[in-house]
Amino acid sequence: MSIIVDAGGLSCPQPVLMTLNKIKEIQKGEIIVKVDTDTSKENVSRAAQSQGWDVANIQKDEAGYRLTIKKE
Amino acid sequence: MAKFKNFFATRWGIIGVGAFIGVIAALLQKLGNPGNMGICVACFERDIAGAIGFHRAGVVQYMRPEIIGFVLGSLIAAYIFKEFRPRTGSAPVVRFVLGVFAMIGALVFLGCPWRALLRFAAGDGNAIFGLLGLIGGIWIGTLFLKGGYNLGRVQKTYTSVGWLLPLTMLGFLILMIIFPQIKGEAKSGILFYSVKGPGMMHASLIISLLVGLAIGFAAQRSRFCTMGAFRDLILFKQTHLFLGLLALVTLAFITNLIVGQFHPGFVKQPVAHTMQIWNFGGMVVAGLAFALAGGCPGRQLFLAGEGDGDAAVFVLGMIVGAGFAHNFGLASSPKGVGPHGIAAVIIGLLVCLFIGFTMRKK
Repeated sequence: MSIIVDAGGLSCPQPVLMTLNKIKEIQKGEIIVKVDTDTSKENVSRAAQSQGWDVANIQKDEAGYRLTIKKE
Repeated sequence: MAKFKNFFATRWGIIGVGAFIGVIAALLQKLGNPGNMGICVACFERDIAGAIGFHRAGVVQYMRPEIIGFVLGSLIAAYIFKEFRPRTGSAPVVRFVLGVFAMIGALVFLGCPWRALLRFAAGDGNAIFGLLGLIGGIWIGTLFLKGGYNLGRVQKTYTSVGWLLPLTMLGFLILMIIFPQIKGEAKSGILFYSVKGPGMMHASLIISLLVGLAIGFAAQRSRFCTMGAFRDLILFKQTHLFLGLLALVTLAFITNLIVGQFHPGFVKQPVAHTMQIWNFGGMVVAGLAFALAGGCPGRQLFLAGEGDGDAAVFVLGMIVGAGFAHNFGLASSPKGVGPHGIAAVIIGLLVCLFIGFTMRKK
């Protein structure tokens, strides 16, 4: 069961702040981040990578995107 | 998977867009735009407010096609790349008020962040105080963001909601074509046109519009934002947007040197004053308002173009704010701050602090 960060409908920098807080909290593992704009998708990807996390999957759905980020 | 398909959103993409804006803005001055004001989103929205008579400051009335182009260029880019997402509902009234005070603060300094950078790149030392104020205001904003400040989620909405501001801009363009400027006349039909001062200085309609469209397109793709540049640097130590800002300053500086527009000093700078405390203070208010609203004035136009109805409300707030600024004597002039400019800065700061302190989620 992955941890979900629901940042849908929130604008910059909230999605990044929420993702980084979760990364800080769990240190490693898998997080699914839900966002609704391409800008948020790019910003969250960039922020995760800057923390040494991989963007394992990006899924497009009705509400926007589901990003799966991972760190072993 | 993690590779971006969008070149503009890469490091070189944002640097390219910043460089493009820097060069074009410096050249627009050569083509007729006011001194160190090749592009100024706040000043140009203020000129639009003047053109439609929201204020009667005769020297700053012109329907700036650059602003129209910014919104429509972003709309075109958003549609081509399937990023147009009509959305609204994240505390629009707060965004309106932030827009009003962002404009008032910017007009005490005499410029938006873009113009602050362009003034700096042309040797105007007063801009340093404005930029320091901008950074200070954004820094206060990051403290609120860290403390949980949040205006809430947007909702998806009708496509036509996202179209309202672009259509308004299109309407402005049509008005400008129906009532074109008549040399020496202060009014053409229902539109006001400055016959002296910065409002009289402009590149041709077609050049201004094309430049606006190109910048709107590129900025939508790259997410170029001057407030975000400092915010991300302070909040996340992230340099992505900041590189775009550096490219803008550097290329504007080089272009100014080449075309002979670099004049270092503090006094007699074009459309600028030397009351440094208020250059600083005005931009603290503006910077804080931009940070609380999530984007610099340029970025708000590009967001409005891609369907963000709340950004559109911020833009309308800025245009109305320009009316307050000039009708109430809040805006500065080359002689210094307006009769009530100082009071406006203090009230603006209090309003922004009220918003920052009271709108947070646990």
